[in-house]
Amino acid sequence: MSPPHGEGKQATSSSPLLLLTLYKMINENAKTILSVRNLHASIEGSEILRGLNFEVKAGEIHAIMGLNGSGKSTFSKVLAGHPDYEVTAGEIIFQGQNLLDLEPHERANAGVFLAFQYPLEIPGVSNRDFLRVAFNSHRKANGEEEIDVFDFDDLVEERADIVKMDVSFLDRSVNEGFSGGEKKRNEILQMALLQPTLSILDETDSGLDIDALKTVSGGVNQLSTPDNATVLITHYQRLLNYVVPDFVHVMCGGHIIKTGGKELALELESRGYDWLTAQEAVA
Amino acid sequence: MTKSVSATTVSASAVNRATYLKHLLTQASAAADESPLRKAPLKASLKALRDEAIAAVSDRTFPSGRDEEWRFTDLSDMLTQPFQRPSQDGAHQRATSVQPTLVDSAYQLNSVNGFFEGADATSINWLDGAIVAPLSELMDMPEYAQKLEPIIAQKLAKIEGADEIFTAINTAGFSDVMVVWVAADQVVKEPICINRESQGSAIAHLRTLVVAERYANLTLVESFVGTPEATRCNTSVTELWLAEGAQVNHIRIQDESAQTFHIAKTAVDQAANSQYKCTAIDLGAKLSRHHLEVFQSGPQTDTHMYGLSALGDRQLADTHSLLTMTYPHGTATQIQKNIVDDRAHAVFNGRVFVSQAAQHTDASQLNRNLMLSSKARIDTKPELDIVADDVKCAHGATVSQLQADEVFYLQSRGINAEQAQRLLLYGFAMEIVEKISLAPLRDALSERLTAWAK
Repeated sequence: MSPPHGEGKQATSSSPLLLLTLYKMINENAKTILSVRNLHASIEGSEILRGLNFEVKAGEIHAIMGLNGSGKSTFSKVLAGHPDYEVTAGEIIFQGQNLLDLEPHERANAGVFLAFQYPLEIPGVSNRDFLRVAFNSHRKANGEEEIDVFDFDDLVEERADIVKMDVSFLDRSVNEGFSGGEKKRNEILQMALLQPTLSILDETDSGLDIDALKTVSGGVNQLSTPDNATVLITHYQRLLNYVVPDFVHVMCGGHIIKTGGKELALELESRGYDWLTAQEAVA
Repeated sequence: MTKSVSATTVSASAVNRATYLKHLLTQASAAADESPLRKAPLKASLKALRDEAIAAVSDRTFPSGRDEEWRFTDLSDMLTQPFQRPSQDGAHQRATSVQPTLVDSAYQLNSVNGFFEGADATSINWLDGAIVAPLSELMDMPEYAQKLEPIIAQKLAKIEGADEIFTAINTAGFSDVMVVWVAADQVVKEPICINRESQGSAIAHLRTLVVAERYANLTLVESFVGTPEATRCNTSVTELWLAEGAQVNHIRIQDESAQTFHIAKTAVDQAANSQYKCTAIDLGAKLSRHHLEVFQSGPQTDTHMYGLSALGDRQLADTHSLLTMTYPHGTATQIQKNIVDDRAHAVFNGRVFVSQAAQHTDASQLNRNLMLSSKARIDTKPELDIVADDVKCAHGATVSQLQADEVFYLQSRGINAEQAQRLLLYGFAMEIVEKISLAPLRDALSERLTAWAK
């Protein structure tokens, strides 16, 4: 049995942050961006997501934590529309639209962005060209005029500064020969260009040294506005020191078993997951 | 009963193939007799060369699938084509030219069906230390004739493998030879372009001789195009001699019309410390074959062979390379990429021979194939024959489809599936195109490939 969204939160002690988040929750002006209900999804016949409920409002930052195999990455891929995953039940409503009706590129153009855990290398395609094609696809899909090479160059070089990326990376093949940190910066650069309404960052902190983590987190914070929302998928509390979440969710067995505030992440860091998964087993 | 029928079929086909080869040789000889080179002073030495070539193959038959060298490339369709030699009269019609010159350069040699296409001798380019001209024109000028005579005698049709059947037919029948000669220590900055155009239905034998003397440095661009209306055959042989320390950057663009059989050889002799780089792009022709044969004939030579075939419909492109390393400290890099769509067929046969003497060789070969259709076909055959024991030789061959994860990555950035596939295709191809040092040519090719990917 999965508890309904928010149950865990009410159980935790109050803190200024929690009060703020509670305030946000009762802030009726905040628009619901994403609403996931009873989501079931499987890959090659084996069910990974089992009745996932999840809701995100404008201006919020959520963290989803959990052990390997709990379904975190699957959830992110299902949101983005990865063809290997089959949704067998439930619904995903994104800004009033049924996301499951949309192709992956249509989801992206509607404002969903997934920063990949392992960004792919595309040899032979320059990063600059790739970013321009993606950027113009968005503009076209949203009824805006495509921008030309020169205007785009100005724009991309300005945005590269957000993640402190050297412009020489723009003229290399997409992610080819990039270090782990450079690949993650490149993901955030794409996010900075596409300005999504919902960003899902899948293990963006993994493999980053402390400087890269600060840079990437700084980029994420800079891009966070009252009109968009961010979902951080992570193993570790470390990232959450830099990008402070409004909600922390614990995922286990393909659904969310506990939701709390920022301090839940600290608790997980010190106590591990066993006490939660044991509770789940009892329930 | 069945047996005797099949035996009859085989022998009939063999007779057919023998007859067809005779036909090609007869046409080649007739073309030679009518060529601008029939005049003195080279008459006797060329005649001897041509006779030798004919003698080398006259007792053979036209290749079939039973020949190991032609296992994957079926030439049977040619047998139904009674190709005749081209006439020079039809040659001077550049108004119908199918494409503008690819590269701006002072050194342009244009030929139509193998005949030099230039108003008069003033269009021949020469400067101190370099000759870029057709042999037919040079022979009329005593000062050049004298200089070239020993070069022709020592270099033309003298690289190993001259008795290969199509090389021999080419020697027997070429109408002219485009000659590029660069003196010792000369660096020719502008690219030397040899533009080969074909018109009408004919079999033409295109010949090029490149001699880079000691420490000479040049870039050669060969391009092959044709008007689309007719079925035709081109054989092409380009011989390159690199003396000690010479550097040749060779770019070869085969974009023949859809009804063309294009059978070509690039033969390279590399003396000590020389560097040869070939980037061969095959986009056109119904059937194309490129023998790329490099002989390292001195120590510490460096060879780079890059190739790309992008094919659709029922096109076939066959890259048959041979790298012979017989001296110490030789280095070589080879990357051949093929993209096949529809029912297209790409063949790669990459032979590398490293002799006992070739210690400290460092060679790598990679063949990557991308299949866009389940009806397309790839044959890949790396052949490494390594005798020396202190060497580094790596090789690999892959056949794959577009990776779903790569397509998804692009889709997740708002690019639709079709455009994502095009971008990936383009990327796959551009890895080779980027090896081309001439920016305008690179841009033209990238545009051509973008159009191809659509």
